[in-house]
Amino acid sequence: MNSIDPYERYQRQVILKEFGEAGQQKLLQAKVLVIGAGGLGCPALQYLVAAGVGSVGLADDDTVSLDNLQRQILYTVNDIGKSKAVSAASRLQQLNPDIKIIAYNERLTTQNTLTLISRYDIVIDGTDNFSTRYMINDACVLLNKPFVYGAVSQYEGQLAIFNYKKNEDDPSVNYRDLFPQPPNDDQVLNCEEGGVLGVLPGIIGTMMANETIKIITGIGEPLINQLHTYNALNNQVYQVLLSARNETRSLIPENETTFIQTDYEWLCASSSFRKFEIDIENFNTLLRSDDITVIDVREPDEIPVINEFISEKIPLSQLKENLAEIKNNTIIFFCQTGKRSLQAAQWLFDIFGETKKIYSLRGGILQWKKQQAKQPV
Amino acid sequence: MQINVIIFGQLTEITGNTLLLNNIEDTDSLIRELNGLYPALASKKYVVAVDKQVINQNTILKGNSTVALLPPFSGG
Repeated sequence: MNSIDPYERYQRQVILKEFGEAGQQKLLQAKVLVIGAGGLGCPALQYLVAAGVGSVGLADDDTVSLDNLQRQILYTVNDIGKSKAVSAASRLQQLNPDIKIIAYNERLTTQNTLTLISRYDIVIDGTDNFSTRYMINDACVLLNKPFVYGAVSQYEGQLAIFNYKKNEDDPSVNYRDLFPQPPNDDQVLNCEEGGVLGVLPGIIGTMMANETIKIITGIGEPLINQLHTYNALNNQVYQVLLSARNETRSLIPENETTFIQTDYEWLCASSSFRKFEIDIENFNTLLRSDDITVIDVREPDEIPVINEFISEKIPLSQLKENLAEIKNNTIIFFCQTGKRSLQAAQWLFDIFGETKKIYSLRGGILQWKKQQAKQPV
Repeated sequence: MQINVIIFGQLTEITGNTLLLNNIEDTDSLIRELNGLYPALASKKYVVAVDKQVINQNTILKGNSTVALLPPFSGG
């Protein structure tokens, strides 16, 4: 028996009274971009793909690691080391071969974000850091795209729909109406530092898919202009109403050109530490001068090993005991990504104040290595 | 006049989950009071909701108001 029912796959939802064939048609025509295929992105993607969203984009430049599998349920041990975007897309395409799935194995920057988002109707934010989150928010405001937000910390989750109006005259709020300015990296712990119960992003990510399906099909009461919080330990939910702030629009880049020029990573670095940062060009210039000490604060087993210039190796964990030994007047710290070296710079500054010139290599040695590969000194 | 304060996320490590405070006129004095009791709270980022409405300016508190402190979450 040949089935020619185009809705057979979706039969269980098509028979829902409010949903119907019309709801399914809307889903099949919808284009949803999921940014971050991690703890939130995986369950959101699974349900959106299963439900038959016609075009699903997924952007992630990360690779799968063993400690992801506790909560990033699209991946298996066979995917370790492979691209998340590519692995997730191939798994999802097996789940539903009838829809279009596009993997973007690239890091979102101010250069590519607007182009990418403009191809979709709705953006789902499954990112794990503030710099990308504020960038996505601002891009969605500029492009007038609804933005389904979720975030988790330890045992608690947050969920909201931003930048969405059911009717033209309704007010809409965005993430900056809730938190106008990014917190500094040292004010909020991420999952790497603070931990997260694996099932929690599963719950919040699934709710993000649910809210997305509701706004596409027009059923129910989506979480517009509200922040929903969920506590996995006691099952308590708390929902608060949000309202627009007068200053919000002034915090968002005015247009595409100013958006491209905005340095979101810089905005999210710790404000008190920022004064120590130097870019790669200044770092390379300083390397050529005398009377400097370059200190690698990474732990002994971290790679890449650096032999392009001379550096002392004092892991951050042992630095405090050794600070007084630092004799030179110009000190540059570096680490993998530029965060620990900022901490090191602050500690040294606490002892020596302005009597020494203290720097931290912005972006860390990984960025430096990348740059060197392009144009060696 | 009693004010219930509910605390979310990692702020609970500083204050615990809930607090009851007496004789607090408005949200500015509430925050001053909390910063005095819990100095570590002063450097933290959060928004304040009064009776389930996020506020953007100092707000008068009525008896039995519930104030929530909601920090941003970064994880995904």
